Amino acid sequence: MNQWKNFTKGFIKENPVFVLLLGMCPVLGTTGTAINGLGMGLATTFVLFMSNTVVSLIKNVIPDKVRIPSYIVVIATFVTIVQMVMQAYLPSLFESLGIFIPLIVVNCIVLGRAEAFASKNTVLSASIDGLGTGLGFAFALTLLGAARELLGSGKIFNFEILPEQYGMLIFILAPGAFIALGYIIAITNRLNKQKA
Amino acid sequence: MAKLESTFRNMLVALFGVTLIASASLGLVYNVTKSPIERAELEKQNNAIAAVLPQFEELGTAYKKFPPEGRDSVDIFPALDQNGEIVAHAVKSYTYSGFSGYIEIMVGIDVNNTITGFRVLRHAETPGLGSKMEQWHNDTEKPGQNIVGRTLNEEGLKVSKDGGDVDAITAATITSRALMDALNRANATVSDLDSYTGATPVNN
Amino acid sequence: MEYIIIIISAILVNNIVLNQFLGVCPFLGVSKKIETAVGMTGAVTFVMVLATIVTFLIQHYILNPLQIGYLQTIAFILVIASLVQLVEIVLKKVSPALYQALGVFLPLITTNCAILGVAILVIQKEFTMVEGVVYAIANAIGFGLALIIFAGLREHLDLQEVPKGLKGVPIAIITAGILAMAFMGFSGIV
Repeated sequence: MNQWKNFTKGFIKENPVFVLLLGMCPVLGTTGTAINGLGMGLATTFVLFMSNTVVSLIKNVIPDKVRIPSYIVVIATFVTIVQMVMQAYLPSLFESLGIFIPLIVVNCIVLGRAEAFASKNTVLSASIDGLGTGLGFAFALTLLGAARELLGSGKIFNFEILPEQYGMLIFILAPGAFIALGYIIAITNRLNKQKA
Repeated sequence: MAKLESTFRNMLVALFGVTLIASASLGLVYNVTKSPIERAELEKQNNAIAAVLPQFEELGTAYKKFPPEGRDSVDIFPALDQNGEIVAHAVKSYTYSGFSGYIEIMVGIDVNNTITGFRVLRHAETPGLGSKMEQWHNDTEKPGQNIVGRTLNEEGLKVSKDGGDVDAITAATITSRALMDALNRANATVSDLDSYTGATPVNN
Repeated sequence: MEYIIIIISAILVNNIVLNQFLGVCPFLGVSKKIETAVGMTGAVTFVMVLATIVTFLIQHYILNPLQIGYLQTIAFILVIASLVQLVEIVLKKVSPALYQALGVFLPLITTNCAILGVAILVIQKEFTMVEGVVYAIANAIGFGLALIIFAGLREHLDLQEVPKGLKGVPIAIITAGILAMAFMGFSGIV
């Protein structure tokens, strides 16, 4: 397969969030601000990239019947590494992402890519797929975070765009997460239909 | 290379091997990141102590003390002047009644029970709402919401909704109320009060 | 009194799906019919309580004494995965009727982040064993409440004329947003 296509498919056409609707918990839970969304997205990208690479490397020495538990161990290892490194060097981001960092482990995208792609492809394809899917996920989270931050408090990445009193608080709170996501999915559906 | 057969021995070896390598590499990363994690925590704490206290010569020995009401002890850092007299205390206090539970603060309280400053050390409040507590209650241009410079008595500080005179954060009264709880807990501990307002949730 | 606060806050105020965003995947995935929503709720309740008890014991009697708290994520997810398998096997033998009702939902539960989420939260909030179990049950009820209400709404939604662009998933998610708004009304009560 063309590696460039392999890399870019995660952004719009097979975007894990807007099109495949996977890994919704962090999508809703960590996108109160653009920076939190980006941080969560990059953490997941690292895990996806590393676990895809390792799973593809070890696919031949793992017997079929214990494949899923082995993959889960690999994923959980990288999640814990992210957790510790973040706590050491980015403590404030670590605090605001909270429980969603260990929960990367149950993000269906990560196990899904390991099982559906990495266990059947070469190391190079698998790592590019992991990177592409991860960045597509990060892109989606940042976009949603920026939209919610702008609508909710008039800022993007903490830069003031509109005066704060124009913010609609509801978009920072839980209901706004669902509503903003619903509209973004509707827009992506429309874009994909036009292309097809 | 062909895939390994799913015999019992192969499965056992594979699973055991994966888990062993995983735990070993985690142990390694844990040891590498352990000291930066501790250093980051300590640095944060020292910065907060320096920020909340007035002019002082040196810090006395820190100690732990149990508040009149609460689940855990608080850390107290006495600040001394040139003559070794205590001028103020920095208190690391906490509350469990934030909107998302636990909040940890560092607050400076001088010998006249006046708040000399405070910093939020740990919280998980809603971004854009409760997370504004540090700026909101530290705004010298808005005396209604500013709490630095206020003198605490036995009554403690209360938000206006509970009959006090502190303006709570718009749409995040729960966070402000929790912050008052942490402040009052700090004050009650350093000034040896038997109890303090705000220890029990206010019903209205 | 403390238990009542834990229960009310977990079910209504900090609803696990609508406010904490845990377990959103099954919330969107199995909410097309009320029947399946009820089955899923049963399975989640069962596994959530069991998982909370087992992970609590592991944290306090294995990880803490050995000072290997950093293996928490790995240990918990493996425990939950094997627990789900075990429940499936036992249920099949002991109660075929119950297995018929819950069986299809069990494999889906391993990747339900509400289970792992609640297990970790119980440790983080420093609950006792009893508080932890109460918290797990309350959260399972909260999950079920949100899921069943949402399934009811979606059944009605199928009969409505929805603007073309919003058909299907988008309108469902927006509906969930409005449901979350309704739950916000409870936020004053604890």
